[in-house]
Amino acid sequence: MQQIVNFLIRYKNFLLFAFLLFVSLIFTVQSHSYHKSKFINSANFLSGGVYESVGGIQEYFNLKTYNRQLLEENARLRGIAQDDNVSVFETVAMEFDTLAASRSIIAIPESQFHFIPAQVIDNSYAKANNFLTLKAGAKDSIVRDMGVITSKGIVGVIDNVSKKYSTVISILNASFLTNAKLKSSDHFGTLKWDGKDPNQMQLVDMQQQAKIKIGDTIETSGRSAIFPKGIPIGYIASFKLEESKNFYIISVQLFNDMTNVGHVYVVQNEDLEEIQAVEAASKNE
Amino acid sequence: MNSILLNSLRFLSLLIAQIFIFNNLNVFGYINPLPYVLFLLVFPFTANRSLFIFIAFLTGLTMDVFDNSGGIHAAACLVLAYVRPVVLQATYGVSYEYNVVKLSKGSFYERIVFISILVLIHHLVFFSLEVFNVSSILYILKKALLTGVGTILFCVLFNILFSTSRE
Repeated sequence: MQQIVNFLIRYKNFLLFAFLLFVSLIFTVQSHSYHKSKFINSANFLSGGVYESVGGIQEYFNLKTYNRQLLEENARLRGIAQDDNVSVFETVAMEFDTLAASRSIIAIPESQFHFIPAQVIDNSYAKANNFLTLKAGAKDSIVRDMGVITSKGIVGVIDNVSKKYSTVISILNASFLTNAKLKSSDHFGTLKWDGKDPNQMQLVDMQQQAKIKIGDTIETSGRSAIFPKGIPIGYIASFKLEESKNFYIISVQLFNDMTNVGHVYVVQNEDLEEIQAVEAASKNE
Repeated sequence: MNSILLNSLRFLSLLIAQIFIFNNLNVFGYINPLPYVLFLLVFPFTANRSLFIFIAFLTGLTMDVFDNSGGIHAAACLVLAYVRPVVLQATYGVSYEYNVVKLSKGSFYERIVFISILVLIHHLVFFSLEVFNVSSILYILKKALLTGVGTILFCVLFNILFSTSRE
């Protein structure tokens, strides 16, 4: 017994170090696994509040850009409204745009998707795994797994939610994966980020039968139930066949400037639970 | 008491500077120096070692909360705190415990070597855990080195600025 106590006293620094290192490694591993509740995140009262106060200042400097983005979106939606072929998503977005300032949930009876406006109070893009923090949380009926988009493209997926704040797994994050397809056909692939250029993502597993050329638009496929179908993502910057010659590896230049995101829309999918229940049931069989 | 106040003040100002200024620098698009480690570098050499390790852990964890990075700051800070006495002995010589009570007491050359070694160790651990992929070892090294240069630059700068004005 005496020897054990002596041992503990003698190596107390090392034991403390080893224990704390173990704890931090657990946190690290947890942060790398998608969809696990994390203790350490910026959707809490302290860091959320701090980011909010500074986000206010940064927002002021970016007002010009945000105004221009809104004008562009207005112009685009006005153009669409002139057409007869207005798709459901675009109608919703159009309705939504005029009411964005009111921060209310816009409900269009025909659509399963609702859009909740939110303000970005923190954004990173230079790390290997990037996150955003939104000033909108459970009280704005935001829950985990909702998609986050802007007028120009997709931004990420909601991760942790507190009462007033939420964190978003950015599309510039190794654990982010989504389904994307060509605008001109229904050939689809998996969209992910290689951690290098914040303006480029990689679309892999695209069938080599697909007719693609540089400049083609890539959009969401609507298969994931997180993003509605047909949200633009980017255009093809370059492509090559992978070694087995069966699939394309495509570099996608993003429409959305991830280094400058101010206001976003959180996508609420009313049928999400139903879709997940059906999928879970067919998996069990 | 004075030392506690001074260290708390240093902790707060370095963390605020880190979170609001240095995390948004994005030099060349992806380099964000981490000069908050200066707090751990100049933390009193005579302090209780267990206390120092624990404070390093808390410092890292605070950064992790703001960075959404899990526990990588905490792990890197812990390693830094654990190896600091070894590096101190290597750069200042065996007698550091009796002669050097503060970082600024050493010569300029000794200070730079001390800061550089610890910053590079911290960054290597930090970026290995951030990228979390052995196959991108070259990318990890490149990022650790480039960010390290920035961190060392700011640490030395702050150290010179603040140690002379107080004496």
